[in-house]
Amino acid sequence: MAIIKMETKSSDLTIITKPKKDTIFNTFKRDYQLWLLILPAIICVGIFNYIPMYGIQLAFREYDFTAGLTGGEWVGLKYFIQFVNSHLFYDLMRNTLMISITTIVVGFPAPIILALVINQIRVQRAKRVLQTTVYLPHFISIVVLVGMMNVILTPSGIGGNVMSAIGLGDINLLASVKTFIPVYVLSDVWQHVGWNSIIYLAALSAVDPQLYDSAKVDGASRWQIIRNVEIPAITPTIVILLILNMGTIISTGFEKIFLMQNSLNLPISEVIETYVYKIGIVSNQFSYAAAIGLFNTLINFSLLVAMNYLAKRTSRISLW
Amino acid sequence: MSIFSLKRKSLSDVFFDIFIYGTCIIMFLAVAYPLWFVIIASVSDSGMVASGQVLLFPKEFSLFGYKEIFSDSRIWNGYKNTVVYATLGTTVNLLLTIPAAYVLSRYEFKARRLLMFFFIFTMFFNGGLIPTYLLMKDLSLINTMWVFIFNPWTVNVFNLIIARTFFEHTIPKEMYEAAAIDGCNHFRFFSQIVLPLSKAVLSVIALYYLVYHWNNFFTGLIYVRDSGIQPLQIILRDILISNQVFGEGAGTGGADGGYAQRYADQIKYGVIIVSTLPVLVIYPFMQKYFEKGVMIGSVKG
Repeated sequence: MAIIKMETKSSDLTIITKPKKDTIFNTFKRDYQLWLLILPAIICVGIFNYIPMYGIQLAFREYDFTAGLTGGEWVGLKYFIQFVNSHLFYDLMRNTLMISITTIVVGFPAPIILALVINQIRVQRAKRVLQTTVYLPHFISIVVLVGMMNVILTPSGIGGNVMSAIGLGDINLLASVKTFIPVYVLSDVWQHVGWNSIIYLAALSAVDPQLYDSAKVDGASRWQIIRNVEIPAITPTIVILLILNMGTIISTGFEKIFLMQNSLNLPISEVIETYVYKIGIVSNQFSYAAAIGLFNTLINFSLLVAMNYLAKRTSRISLW
Repeated sequence: MSIFSLKRKSLSDVFFDIFIYGTCIIMFLAVAYPLWFVIIASVSDSGMVASGQVLLFPKEFSLFGYKEIFSDSRIWNGYKNTVVYATLGTTVNLLLTIPAAYVLSRYEFKARRLLMFFFIFTMFFNGGLIPTYLLMKDLSLINTMWVFIFNPWTVNVFNLIIARTFFEHTIPKEMYEAAAIDGCNHFRFFSQIVLPLSKAVLSVIALYYLVYHWNNFFTGLIYVRDSGIQPLQIILRDILISNQVFGEGAGTGGADGGYAQRYADQIKYGVIIVSTLPVLVIYPFMQKYFEKGVMIGSVKG
């Protein structure tokens, strides 16, 4: 830089020599230490995240134990066709979509509402106590959560007692086709609503105080302030999180559904991911399971891209 | 006129307050009561719990469940395994994530955008369960403790972004330039200047990883068959969900099934407490940090 400045000052020089633009290659020697620091992470992600992506071709091949991950014979779409034609296809798709759509419809607005409510509390201590309590379930493991549901909601547990007290004693909350989705979704809200509200509370705390003042001067009620000041302020956050959530619409919570499954609720609780586990890991039909898994991944990924495109068109907010 | 409008406003404000605080109290009870109930049920007599008489406070104090738990070697073996995996795992996680995050925060690093994409892409697309499983098999990681430490979640991209955002905001660009003029290289700058300045974010990320390891059930389920090296969560599944409460297969069937089930439930309440205790103990101290992590991560970088 200094050299160029000197050159431009001396008026007899007409050609200004520009410094060569930095590229990955010519800065390699300068930045080799940075490369060394990031190399372990690159190797780890390369092996454990990218090699499986390369291994997706297994879905189009006949798995051959001796030939390894990608050595089997090419069979094209055989396994996809087998899946689409299988008698379970309709049930799996229906269950997967029903569970994930209900989770989003109920679970997505809940933390937004909670954040708006928490934000209204004026008593700081009450606010802290409530926040500490509602964040807590997020740290309970899924096994313990489902275990808690098993002891509490079972007909002989306290939840079952409440059910029979209000005259619904013959419904087993844990082992019925009708109650599986409500129990799954509501327990999910119970566990994560507090934690998911933090991000909206952060967005709310960034609202310009002047906006509140001018709204008050204009005589806005507290409800009007929520509607016209606070909700617009958190809309970008809402849109980003909605896109991210849409990307996982079809990937239901495998672990929780798997743990909640029993023979009585199986007609509604068998979803694509639990089926992949049973076909692949339990019965060792690797190629078929890989094809079903890929089917799932592709729907997810295209939904994410589509939602991102939509959001970009309508509100100019996007992930990339 | 003005008095009238003031009155009306305060009346609507009163309703608004009732609505807000009512919602808060319902939320608080809905979350706190199940947790409280598990605690009181674990120290009450199992008959009292089964007949629904334990509602607000423990009744006929009994530590039967805890006594059974302390004599159950499966739980302690699982505990030991999980402590080992969590300690070792978190160390490896940090050794990989934090230096990478530092590098990705350096504006002069030319491969920054490219590598960021390399990492973020794995958040949205992955090979799926089966190819990952077969890879682990090819690497002979199946049925070993190493699968808990080296797996697709070893570098958690979300944590990587939190750390990178933190470095970008707290380590001024000029700081390295000044240090470099004094002859400091990146290694030294990172270990002697960046790390000591980043204790807050280091503890947040270490805690995220610790909780992940503590609660990890998936890895054991998919990749491990050998019950001796199973982590706590798998043992918990056997006890809490598969109902294998009594170690030696003294099941719940038979004529006195209901009777045995009462004791089984008693043990389950205790197991829930014992297994979640470590997380619950650090939670109140660390809540601020956890929260901070979400907020740092939410700044779009």
